[in-house]
Amino acid sequence: MELLSSILRNLPDALSLGLVWGIMAIGVYITFKVLDIADMTVDGTFALGGCIVASTISAGWNPWMSSLLAVVCGMGAGFMTGTLHTKFKIPAILAGILTMLSLYSINLIILGGKSNIGMSQFGEQRVDTIVDTITALFGATSKTTTIIMGLILAVLIIGGLYWFFGTEKGCLIRATGINEAMVKAQGGNTDNMKIMGIIIANGFVALSGALVAQIQRYGDVGMGTGTIVIGLASIIIGEVIFGTKCSFKMRMVSVFFGSIAYRVIIATVLLLGFNPNNLKLLTALLVIAALSVPTLREYLTERKRVKENISTYEGVDTNVDA
Amino acid sequence: MLTLKDVCKTFNRGSANEKVALQCIDLNVNEGDFITVIGGNGAGKSTMLNMISGAFPVDSGLIKMGSENVTNQPEHVRANRIGRVFQDPMMGTAGDMWIEENLAIAYRRGKKRGFKWGVTKDERVLYKELLAPFDLGLEDRLQTKVSLLSGGQRQALTLLMATIQRPDILLLDEHTAALDPKTASKVLSMADTLIKEHNLTAIMVTHNMKDAIKYGNRIIMMMNGKIIYDVSGEEKAKLQVADLLKKFEVSAGEEFTSDRMLLV
Repeated sequence: MELLSSILRNLPDALSLGLVWGIMAIGVYITFKVLDIADMTVDGTFALGGCIVASTISAGWNPWMSSLLAVVCGMGAGFMTGTLHTKFKIPAILAGILTMLSLYSINLIILGGKSNIGMSQFGEQRVDTIVDTITALFGATSKTTTIIMGLILAVLIIGGLYWFFGTEKGCLIRATGINEAMVKAQGGNTDNMKIMGIIIANGFVALSGALVAQIQRYGDVGMGTGTIVIGLASIIIGEVIFGTKCSFKMRMVSVFFGSIAYRVIIATVLLLGFNPNNLKLLTALLVIAALSVPTLREYLTERKRVKENISTYEGVDTNVDA
Repeated sequence: MLTLKDVCKTFNRGSANEKVALQCIDLNVNEGDFITVIGGNGAGKSTMLNMISGAFPVDSGLIKMGSENVTNQPEHVRANRIGRVFQDPMMGTAGDMWIEENLAIAYRRGKKRGFKWGVTKDERVLYKELLAPFDLGLEDRLQTKVSLLSGGQRQALTLLMATIQRPDILLLDEHTAALDPKTASKVLSMADTLIKEHNLTAIMVTHNMKDAIKYGNRIIMMMNGKIIYDVSGEEKAKLQVADLLKKFEVSAGEEFTSDRMLLV
């Protein structure tokens, strides 16, 4: 009972974090599900978004401009990975890892050699984040602001992507993820479609990183570690809740719900006294379990079928001539 | 219309698996030709089509469409003028998308694709009209995922996609080989109707001699990466399966016995 009330008390936090991290999960959804590419860049891009806003906001930039810069740089990282993969024929996973690794150094440069930078909330060094400016505008608490901001962004992003993937270009990107031969035969440049998809995905991931950094008021070079796995976990949890047969719009809604559910799960295990150090292990196990369940299920039904087939003929006279 | 001059292709050059696929072939395709291509396995039929479509680059030689040299043009650029149907029914369509979405992608072949809506209302009417003559019930299933269709339905759809924007040349690469005989003959006659209706220039690879004789105005026989026989018009019209077999026998000598089973 006490646990339940604690979970409920943590729900607003789970909601706001889930929505903001959900933007990242949408990015992973675009590469992993729409383009059928496992894009490892996102670990670097998420931190890139966070590091850019941390260093520029703490240097007195307008938080909106900082966030915009983060998105543009994230898209640049996506362009890098996409080009390495398509034009230089480097396998997608490796191309992503290479960009991610370069971004680690780049992020350190952005933070001026430090491993993290805070955006001070009090005193003379006080700077405003996006959350602060919206809070000041409407006079709500910063917690409410974060939730409302996350909700508005989620709706805008789902609507925007629904429109985009319904356009002529968007349709071609989706087709590229399904059947490249068909797109080429219909005169589509699959390389450019992949690059465009990866750019958009990484723009969202950087935006998510920028917002997360502003909510926690610091940017850290290590904040992106495991981002892709968290994104996959969100997608998978969403699939468990909504199924895989729903429309494209609902799939995106399900990613956000998955992301929120992931935060609830994390909050719950932490309340149960789980060591926070083991969280990444837990997330990885969650994704491993979800990804291997279909194969295991197939194996078990197949084994059952074989056993039944064997027992059917047990003791039966197999002499065909008789 | 289409000219191949000295087109050569060797796969895995310099390795133990080296395979000469095309031995410097010359071919002139005239406007309105419907060519059927026959030949045993490994004769170079599909390779020739892949050279024309740009799926693989040529080793040497020249490919011209009209007066334009397209030898080094990338596949997707050439595709704006070429319609293709593959042997594998899965290859020509995007399974996880709707019928109308697939058609809409094909409808925009050769046009700029921007940020307008991917499928418009007017198009849907057009697609229904175009699908109806196939008599497969697809016209009422525009918003069905293509993966739910049968192989024959998918090939019919691919055929429509390949011709919905009139191609300068239509390439059919054993497009009925994966279908059951009844569906195969249906899809074949659909192709024939479309080609006649739109007066298309087409090249069709087939393993079936009867089909090769029945359809088209010109027949090409390939062996070991060379064109060994090329007849059209009157002579083609009079051609019998026995004539083709004889031709094979003469050209192939001993190899013939092994090929015979595949060709009849």
